[in-house]
Amino acid sequence: MRGTPNGSGVVERWRVRRVRGLSRPRGGSRKFNTAPRPGWSWSAPWLYLAPALVVLGGLLVYPIYQLGLISFFQYTQAQVSGGEPTTFEGFGNYSALFSDSEFWQVLLATVLFAAACVVSTLAVGCALAVLLTRVRALPRLALMMAALGAWATPAVTGSTVWLFLFDPDFGPVNRILGLGDYSWTYGRFSAFFLVLLEVVWCSFPFVMVTVYAGIRAVPGEVLEAAALDGASQWRIWRSVLAPMLRPILTVVTIQSVIWDFKVFTQIYVMTNGGGIAGQNLVLNVYAYQQAFASSQYGLGSAIGVVMLLILLAVTLGYLRLLRRQGEEL
Amino acid sequence: MKLSPRLAVLLTAPVLVITACAPQTSTNSSSEKDDKSGTLRVWLFQEVGNKPKEKVVDSVVAAFEKAHKGTEVDVEYMAVDTRAQRVKAAFNDPKSAPDVMEYGNTDTAGYVKDGGLLDVTREFGDWSEGKDTDPTARTSVTVDGRMYGAPFYVGVRALYYRTDVFKKLGLQPPRTMAELASTARRIRAARPDLYGLVVGGAYTYGAMPFVWANGGELATGKGGSYTSAIDSAAAQKGIKAYTSLFGDDNCPAAKCAVMGGNDTITAFAAGKAGMAIGGDFSHTAVEAGKVKGAYAVVPLPGVKAGSIAPAFAGGNNIGVLKSTSHRTLAVDLMEQLTSKKTQAEMFGAMGFLPTFSDVRDQAAAKEPYVKPFAQTLAAGTRFVPASPGWSQIDSQLVLPTMLQEVISGKKDVAAASREAAAKMNDAFGSAG
Repeated sequence: MRGTPNGSGVVERWRVRRVRGLSRPRGGSRKFNTAPRPGWSWSAPWLYLAPALVVLGGLLVYPIYQLGLISFFQYTQAQVSGGEPTTFEGFGNYSALFSDSEFWQVLLATVLFAAACVVSTLAVGCALAVLLTRVRALPRLALMMAALGAWATPAVTGSTVWLFLFDPDFGPVNRILGLGDYSWTYGRFSAFFLVLLEVVWCSFPFVMVTVYAGIRAVPGEVLEAAALDGASQWRIWRSVLAPMLRPILTVVTIQSVIWDFKVFTQIYVMTNGGGIAGQNLVLNVYAYQQAFASSQYGLGSAIGVVMLLILLAVTLGYLRLLRRQGEEL
Repeated sequence: MKLSPRLAVLLTAPVLVITACAPQTSTNSSSEKDDKSGTLRVWLFQEVGNKPKEKVVDSVVAAFEKAHKGTEVDVEYMAVDTRAQRVKAAFNDPKSAPDVMEYGNTDTAGYVKDGGLLDVTREFGDWSEGKDTDPTARTSVTVDGRMYGAPFYVGVRALYYRTDVFKKLGLQPPRTMAELASTARRIRAARPDLYGLVVGGAYTYGAMPFVWANGGELATGKGGSYTSAIDSAAAQKGIKAYTSLFGDDNCPAAKCAVMGGNDTITAFAAGKAGMAIGGDFSHTAVEAGKVKGAYAVVPLPGVKAGSIAPAFAGGNNIGVLKSTSHRTLAVDLMEQLTSKKTQAEMFGAMGFLPTFSDVRDQAAAKEPYVKPFAQTLAAGTRFVPASPGWSQIDSQLVLPTMLQEVISGKKDVAAASREAAAKMNDAFGSAG
């Protein structure tokens, strides 16, 4: 779809009308369509969309509605099981959350950590995708299998294995690097770094496979022309591949942002529920610890709503940025 | 009238919001019925090596069914890890809830607030054996002066030490807390491959005896309204004593700060520590480890020579659910499951310490390893505040965070304990 500056709804409606207009002269056998009943004109598309909308509404809107609703109530286990009456709190849960200084620290750490994870994942994924197109069949198969293995590994298993690799007493990494009994999980940054490695390891395959598929779809002549013009590998990536892969990279980036912002298992398992004195807490683990583990569903929902809004803002902001650069998705 | 679809959605949305204005709540009022026959459902914990427990329970159940014609008892063992979810589900849906249930004693106040447990104060008072229940066990089923179950067993921690290491280094079991620290450092100095006394930054119930021995308290108050006392001068002294054990001269902070209670026992059982603070329930794990036959247990020493540091009285209770439709039968079954006879058999089968002092003394006479734990219990034990706020404090890791802040040098004892006290008061207040 080629872009018009105003919303796409206008385009859509105009197109529908035009199509119907065109069909009129031909329509000997389609008399019913040419004489629409009153009200049919606007309800028809909604009727066709209804099944999908019902499913979407049930799966997306209703839970989000419940989440938002619960976040305005004092709603703990005592209320769920009827031990105490449910009380409306207004923005009480939100003000409790925003006045907690730990929340802001955790939020900052989450944003920085997620950003580092996204950048590293994309860098590793794209680099390996390019590598995949350059190597012979056998090494390519090996790399693919290794990546798919990492992808298929459950997060808990992967985290435990990484933890074991970096164990101060028995881990092979410390032995190879000659670090003695250095504890990776003790320092704040080394612990975050260790988790980052695991997150990148288990999420780069998605980026790699998707980008690899994208590169395969790029016509060979374009790359050949660039090579003939004497462009370096880096230049080909930057000026030819990256712009052509833009829609794919966009999807991959948004996916990674959402995944890495919501990371839970890796932090929970590798830093033992948030690290020494909570130094490695991220938003999801914080929500679990502060709210869900002690059945404070109201507060937990408030954290969920805040997270949802942040992710929406990041995604929309990113899409707008792309759009302003003249790309329509 | 022709409505645009967007307008229609905008108009219907508020209607939906209004019709479903409050989140769901189940009605968990106490059942009025008191059937004298039918099926009673019982949920008990699934222990590691559960067979002996099942045997004892089966004999109790057989006797109960014989005594009450027309009743049937359906016992189910629930996994310990997922019990919190199951219990919540049972409170939410009284139809699928059991009549009688085993639960951890630190959960009592929370479950009462959730409206799940039946007040059995009157029945407990009428029960002939109830009078002999020891005072701490009694506290663990009491909230606001009312009783919500019967104690099933207790667990306390004491000091495990390596007899072979002590003999070689010419050491004696420590008699005071100061001696405990110096002994630990001497072991580490002579045997750098061992932790002197293995301690954990996330091991709340290993740290609390240090606070209690120094005259500190977790919280003060009664009847639901508690105030944290973890930042008092005495408590701070205890925190300092415990956290000073983290360091290269005993238990390096880089490794020990993250450890919980189980990690310290694992380290001791694997022969990597000279001493450890472990419970009577750790006995099996240590026996199964490398150090079998080369260790002994003494009560954890207090501040003064010859005194015993107050230990935390853990353990489980058995209670009746509010939603039961067989009130009389369920209470009777609860009493049978926690009777002196059952507890004595359960000790033989599982090593659970009885909650009746006389039964416990008989047990100690039979099994010598029980002696230091029985001594610790006799010297007086402590319990966590009987407030629903405690489960929040526990799951928000307030105390481990405080210990770890001090251990890692992020905060000093005064600042860390002040912050922990503020968080505890928040929890007591909000759970009220």
